[in-house]
Amino acid sequence: MKFVAVIRQVPDGESRLRIQEGRVDLSGATLILDQMDEYAVEEALRLKEKHGGEAIVVGFGPERAEEAIRTALAMGMDRGVHVVFEGFADPVAVAEALVPVLQEEAPTLVLTGGQQADWDSQALGAALAEGLGVPVVAWTTVIELEGDTARAKHDLDEGAEWVRVRLPALFTTQQGLNEPRYPTLPGIMKAKKKEVRKVQAEVRPKVVLLSEEIQEKARLGRILDGKDPVAAAEELVRLLHEEAKVI
Amino acid sequence: MVLVVLDHDGNKLRKGTLEALTRARRLAEGLGEKVAGVLLAEEGAPLEEARKYVDILYTATLGPYTAERWAAGVLAAAKEGAKAVVVPSSRQSRTYLGRVAYALKAGLLEDTLDSSLEGGEVHATRYAYLNRVTQRVKAPLPVVLTVKPNTTPLAEPLGTSAEVVPLSVPQVPTVEVLERVAEEKKGVSLTEANVVVTGGRGMGGPEAFKLVEELAALLGGAVGATRAVVDAGWRPYGEQVGQTGKTVQPALYIALGVSGAVQHLAGMNKSKYIVAVNKDPEAPIFKHADYGIVGDVHHVLPALIEAVKKLKD
Repeated sequence: MKFVAVIRQVPDGESRLRIQEGRVDLSGATLILDQMDEYAVEEALRLKEKHGGEAIVVGFGPERAEEAIRTALAMGMDRGVHVVFEGFADPVAVAEALVPVLQEEAPTLVLTGGQQADWDSQALGAALAEGLGVPVVAWTTVIELEGDTARAKHDLDEGAEWVRVRLPALFTTQQGLNEPRYPTLPGIMKAKKKEVRKVQAEVRPKVVLLSEEIQEKARLGRILDGKDPVAAAEELVRLLHEEAKVI
Repeated sequence: MVLVVLDHDGNKLRKGTLEALTRARRLAEGLGEKVAGVLLAEEGAPLEEARKYVDILYTATLGPYTAERWAAGVLAAAKEGAKAVVVPSSRQSRTYLGRVAYALKAGLLEDTLDSSLEGGEVHATRYAYLNRVTQRVKAPLPVVLTVKPNTTPLAEPLGTSAEVVPLSVPQVPTVEVLERVAEEKKGVSLTEANVVVTGGRGMGGPEAFKLVEELAALLGGAVGATRAVVDAGWRPYGEQVGQTGKTVQPALYIALGVSGAVQHLAGMNKSKYIVAVNKDPEAPIFKHADYGIVGDVHHVLPALIEAVKKLKD
């Protein structure tokens, strides 16, 4: 069996974003393996540990994204493929670039994060599934392999459902599926020697990024002392009623 | 034509659908095109209501929702000549539209705040980087776009009754739905609510959420929860606000015993007014709050409920 985790490198949520010439400038930001994709890597590792086979990480992005691929290798993935592309590529274009690479690998299961922390997009998994001609189970919280099918639980807008799906299939991952492991020191040492095959991406962007700006809404910051809870609560309700006019 | 996916609850079009219709009409006007709707249903759908909002209505009964079936249904309608597909943003729609956009080789603009036609291309604004950045993007036609809830005025009926065209939707390999795990639905939906009252870890346990519910009900709002609360099993996942849960943008967001992790902020930082109650004055949530009380939520929350009741009398 072959388990593929598709990953990207994104800025850490806590890291400060700067704008240069109308674009987010990541040169000073801490870049990490997307936390949603970490669940995909962890699940690929667990499935391989249970069922045998190979766990492969496929990363998309600029040269620096190799760091995120190495993180996945340090967690235990067997080898990596890096689909290299500098610049902005929308998720559908990313999927188009990744599909031939994934077809070549012919995985049993493809896993990727439910939402990307940079573009706030949820489309990559579904677009990949369409390109691969396989079903998608989105926002998965349980995956159990049973022969050539998988039984999975995933979230809907309201509630959740259990589904059975014939493999190969694609799963998008999220919180609740597992607890991703940390790379260990021996893992990090080993990761340095693992293969990362480079593929130059053929990307046909469909969406053009015109401009970006940080719009932190200025907040009022009117913080009351709650030593006297009743007085504070009454004052808060007065402010919300008279000043903000929201109640 | 400009195609709108008419999301509904089995009986009625959802509010988000009426927003999507407004966006679609604007695009259609610019393009000199008609507005078509596609009504997909497991069974039962608000057919007569839907006919009032569009020029042509495509319909199909597809069985239980799966991303593949819904994508096939939207594609079958889009292939009748859609220049743009406009869809209310939901977790489900954003899942299957990746398939639709890929199949149509279309630009996909997700969760847009606005959209306009400029020089034959669709321009849109959306948030990125965990809601911290506003992006301006454009895509040539055909385009697929989803409409973020609470961004657009609701469409009025057209005063006509559209022709109904049943679609022939190809069978597609899909998942087999084994069992639905329904969530108890109470009051207004979280993503559409004007007021959201969220409890965090600081609430101390599931019992304390009775008061959160009471305050939310008093304000005509919905209850939210943080990831820690959901992980602890105090509240269902459907109430989770944040990067891995729902994104909300109400007029008033009240965070009770919430520390304010970046992943949580990503789900609510565009709310018009943010109120925080936390006993830790250093909690990051206060940096993002318009109003706040530094105090024990177990004392402040009952007092808040009383104060709101007093105001209402």
